[in-house]
Order: sequence, then structure tokens, then C-alpha cells
Amino acid sequence: MADYQNLFTTVQAVGPVHHGVELGHGNSPRSGQPLINYWIGKLGNAQLGPIYLGGLGLASLFCGLIAFTLIGMNMLASVNYDPIQFVRQLFWLSLEPPPPSYGLSIPPLNQGGWFLIVGLFFTASVMLWWARTYRRAVQLGMGTHIAWAFAAAIWLFLVLGLFRPILMGSWGEAVPYGIFPHLDWTAAFSLRYGNLFYNPFHALSIVFLYGSALLFAMHGATILAVTRFGGEREIEQITDRGTASERAALFWRWTMGFNATMESIHRWAWWFAVLCPITGGIGILLTGTVVDNWYLWAIKHGVAPPYPEIFPAMTDPALAVGVKP
Amino acid sequence: MSTNTIHSYRPHLRTRWAARLMQTFGLALLGLLLTGCERPSPESVQSGYRGTGMVQVYNARLLEAKTEQNQPPFVLPSPGSDGPKASQAYKNVKVLGNLSVGEFNRLMVSMTSWVAPQEGCAYCHQLPYFQDDSKYTKVVARRMIEMTRHINADWKPHVAETGVTCYTCHRGQPVPSAIWFKSNPEPYGSNFMGDKAGQNTPSPVVNMSSLPNDPFTPFLLDEQKIRVNGPTALPSGNRQSIKQAEWTYGLMTHMSNALGVNCTYCHNTQSFQNWTNSPPQRTTAWHGIRMARDLNRSYMESLTDVFPEHRKGPTGDVAKLNCATCHQGAYKPLNGAPMAKDFPELQKPVLVNTKVAAK
Repeated sequence: MADYQNLFTTVQAVGPVHHGVELGHGNSPRSGQPLINYWIGKLGNAQLGPIYLGGLGLASLFCGLIAFTLIGMNMLASVNYDPIQFVRQLFWLSLEPPPPSYGLSIPPLNQGGWFLIVGLFFTASVMLWWARTYRRAVQLGMGTHIAWAFAAAIWLFLVLGLFRPILMGSWGEAVPYGIFPHLDWTAAFSLRYGNLFYNPFHALSIVFLYGSALLFAMHGATILAVTRFGGEREIEQITDRGTASERAALFWRWTMGFNATMESIHRWAWWFAVLCPITGGIGILLTGTVVDNWYLWAIKHGVAPPYPEIFPAMTDPALAVGVKP
Repeated sequence: MSTNTIHSYRPHLRTRWAARLMQTFGLALLGLLLTGCERPSPESVQSGYRGTGMVQVYNARLLEAKTEQNQPPFVLPSPGSDGPKASQAYKNVKVLGNLSVGEFNRLMVSMTSWVAPQEGCAYCHQLPYFQDDSKYTKVVARRMIEMTRHINADWKPHVAETGVTCYTCHRGQPVPSAIWFKSNPEPYGSNFMGDKAGQNTPSPVVNMSSLPNDPFTPFLLDEQKIRVNGPTALPSGNRQSIKQAEWTYGLMTHMSNALGVNCTYCHNTQSFQNWTNSPPQRTTAWHGIRMARDLNRSYMESLTDVFPEHRKGPTGDVAKLNCATCHQGAYKPLNGAPMAKDFPELQKPVLVNTKVAAK
């Protein structure tokens, strides 16, 4: 009993390693000899491997490696191939999209050409990996929920780097490949389009982001709290409600008057998670294309309140006669 | 269940060792987190409408250090304007000829203590021939006197009655501590790979962010558009890009850093572009940007041929000024000490034909 009062995995059920179900025609064999590792068992299943690579996986890794290497080489070249400066400045370094003046044309290699090449391979890599998650799920006879959840994230990725730049007519609108630079891009995006916090789809996305974290914490805590009654067997308890399920349900009905079920909580979690990038992607796609200034939009439609003016009345000095802005 | 044997895999010795490792790791993490702390806790002072985040953040320790660095200099008593004029008593006096000999000498002594206290008169003058213009520093100093007068007379929207003297920027150094040069766009000579697009370098100019680190050339020398926001909710022809917003952001970061203030010192948090609910300092800053641009173009660039090579930047341009040159971390230079009031000769409007003096 005491084992279940720990927040970390304390029980490692270990049997003979297994290679998985038989694969049908058209599948390549799995690679690697499976092994048991105690420390990996602390985090998840103690068995490591075998992994399924296959054509899609190899192609995805190959494209991803090209993109990763090109980004790294550009970063290295930007510090004159100095490995020490490469490490010191790594968080600042970046591969930048073309200057906006190039529009959607093909720029010289060092003016965003590398960026477009990387974008091509990176996108190919992500799409191939998506196809892989879909096909592996089908091969195992599973539903394709994971692939579609991943597709929601890919939607946001494509909006940022492909759909929106095309609609805006400039590759320069895309996100740079760098740690701090992509964060600066995010801030500059909000500054340029009049404060993204007034974008209702941004607000929705935040709701689903924080909501996902909250649901995850509530569900994880609930299941851990009733594992002593067999609550971790969630799937069985969907149709055969045991005392674990009853107690968990009762707890939430007592504390907030409503409870999810062993099945519905997972649908809640799935929808909150996928709606985060879906709504976020809509918000990004509308920015600049349909709405140019979210603050003015929100004031115009009564979404945001105008605050009382407490500073002395001031006008834009650029509007004064004979002044150049 | 299959016939697999299930057993619990928990060697106790390893667990205890792991617990100790986790403890050490936790303590190290705690120590690392503490490095992100600021001492003492900063104080935030509300400046705008409640609940809108209109605050200024102050750290008492840093504020005290800044106050010490921003003390106004000792002012020599004025000898009065009686007596012969400097133009009659001395040769080759081009811009201060109307001063009395007493006033003239007082200003010369003051300038020495403001700009070259270590080097003395000989920093500008070819001793013993005070009238000699052979040292470049003397030609520069003369042009800078004209610039000071121009600032005090024509840039009142920015400097008001506080005004400036040489000390506002120089602080006892021949070269002010905060100056800028154009950056070299291709420092390594290669244009095949690794273009930084003028950004992505940890630079103090933009407070160690990865923003464009020479926002001065486009905005404080050239007249590129600083405003990136559109005037309407829906698109109506504003083609400013996110990249341009990053350049503006770089300039604003420099201003924030140079004045030791938050964004909310000039802007309201809802809309950085909206003037009606902005603090009044924003107008002063607006004029400041134009002032810096004017001074760089009309005064600093006119001295390009006067300065020797070792005083120039990597692309051969002359040293130029930005907000930090005067402000040096204070919201007002020298925390608002009135600089010009004791030196009426530095407040006169520039006389005709200023270009002559530069030659």
C-alpha cells in the first residue's frame, strides 16, 4: 500500500523483453536488441527498444538532419567558425529569414536562401514523421488520435512558416531559427500588430494551454490518489466502475459539483491539447492578413475597455505643422 | 496474465545512493535559481491608471550607485562681462569673441576640467601658441561649443531650461564613455553563409538581447521610419514588417537602458503607439530622437575629416552620439541638475555661418 503514496514510479514490473506484435507485409523489421534499464524504469517502462525506423522514419531523420546541420553551419559561420564563440553565443545565434524586400522571390543564399532550403527540409521532415505516426498507429490496429493531435501542432507550424508568409507576400515574416531570436520575433510580432493580447484567438489559445496543464494535473493527481484501489486501470474502469472510479468521481462531485468519467477525461485532455495550437494558429493567420492592429480592433468592437485618461492631454508631435515624423 | 515472472526490481543500496544524488542535485538547482535573484528586492512605483501595469521598477542599491555617478561638477564663480572682449585680447577666437576676457578664461578652465582634466590645456592647444589650430582636438572643441549652443537654444523641447554643457556628455573624459560607430556588416569577409542580419549578437547596446544591435544608423543618422503600427484596425496599406519592428524594438531597448527606465516611462501598456494615454515624457523622448539625429548629421559628421584615423570606427566613420551619451543611465542627465544656467555663453543661438568654424 505504502508504495502508492509516492509521487514517482516506485514499482518496476519486469518480465522477459519482448519485440512486439508480428508486423504485416510491407513493414521493415524493428531495429535494435531490447534491453532493461533500471533508471529508464524510473521514468517509464524499463524496456528500451526495439525501434521501428522504416522508410518514412529514415527519410524524416535524413531531412531533419540536413535542416539541423544547415542551421548549425550557418550559426557557426556567423561567429567565424570559432567553436568557443559558437558555444558562448549559441542562444543568440540564428538563421534569419530573408529581408522583407525580397518578398516571395528566391533570395541569395546568405540573404535567406539557406533559410528557405532549411524550411523545405524541416517541413519535409515533420510531414514524413507525421505520416510515420499515422502509419504505425494503423499497423498496430490503434486509432489515429496521436497523429491528429500532432497534426494540430503542425497546423500552427505551417501557419507560422508557410501559410502566413505566403498570404503576407514576404518570406521575411517567417520565424528565425534561433533560441533568443525566435523569442524576440514573438515580441516584435506582438509589437508590430498592436499588442497580441487583444487577439481573441490568442486568448483562446492561452485558455487551452493553461487549461491543458490544469487538466493534466487534476487527472494525474486523481489517478495517483486512487491507485491504491486499482485506479490506474483506467480503461477497465470505463466500463466496469470499481471503487477507485467511484471515489474519484465522488471527490470531484464533492469539491466542484461535477465530474468527468474515466473515458471523458481523456477526451477533455485531447481536445484541450489540440485546440491550443488550432486556435493559436487561427489567431496568427488572421494577424496582418485580416487584422492589422489588434488594440484598435478590440477598442472598436468593445472587446477591451478604454481606460480613463490620467496623463495631461497629449497629441502626436509628428502631427504639428512643419515637423517630420 | 501471461506466465512471465513478475518481480519487484528495487535494490535498496542503489535507492539510498540515488536519494543522496537527488538531494545534491536539488541543492545545486536551488543555488542556480538564486543567481537569478536581485538584491535588494526592487521597488515598483505606480505611474498610471491602476491595474494597467504602469509602473517604474527601482533597485535602491543600483539607484544609489547611479546617483553617485551623476553628480554635477563644481561651478567656478562668474567674473562678469565687464572689460575687454576675448576677440580683442586673443587671436583666432571664432565663436567666443563676444565674451569678456574673464568669462572666456573661466569657460576655458571649466572646459579643461570637464573634458581633459588629466591632459590640461595642451590637449587642445599647441602650447605656447594658444591661437594655433594645428591640433584636431581644438577644431573639434570649437565645433562642439557651437553644438552645445545649438542644443541649448534650438532643442528646448528636449533639454528645456536644464540645458547641457560639455560635462553632460564628457564627465571628465576626452571621449564620452557612450558613443557609437556604424557596425561592420561583414566582419569576416565572407558572404556565403552565416549572415547575422545586423542582430543575434549579445550586445550591451540592446541590453544583451538578440535584437538588431546597430539601431542608430537607421534611426539616429538616417531617417528610417521608427513607427511600425498601422493607424487602423484592419489593414490599410501599412507595409512595415516584423523585422522592421525588431529594429524599432532595438532602438527602444537602447533608450530604456540609456535612461534606466521601463517601457512604461513613455508608453502605455495597452498600445505602444497610442498617444492620448501616454505619459508626457514620450513627447520629450520624441524630440530627443530628432535631436540626436540632427546633432549626428550637422555636427558629428561634419567633423569626419577632422578626426584622425584612430578615433574612427571600423568602417571609417566618425564617433556619433545616442541617448546614452548624455543620459548615462539616468532619466535626466546628471539627474536633472541645471547645467546651462551658470554658462549663459553656452545658451546663445548659433551665429551665422557655422560651417566656417568647422573647416
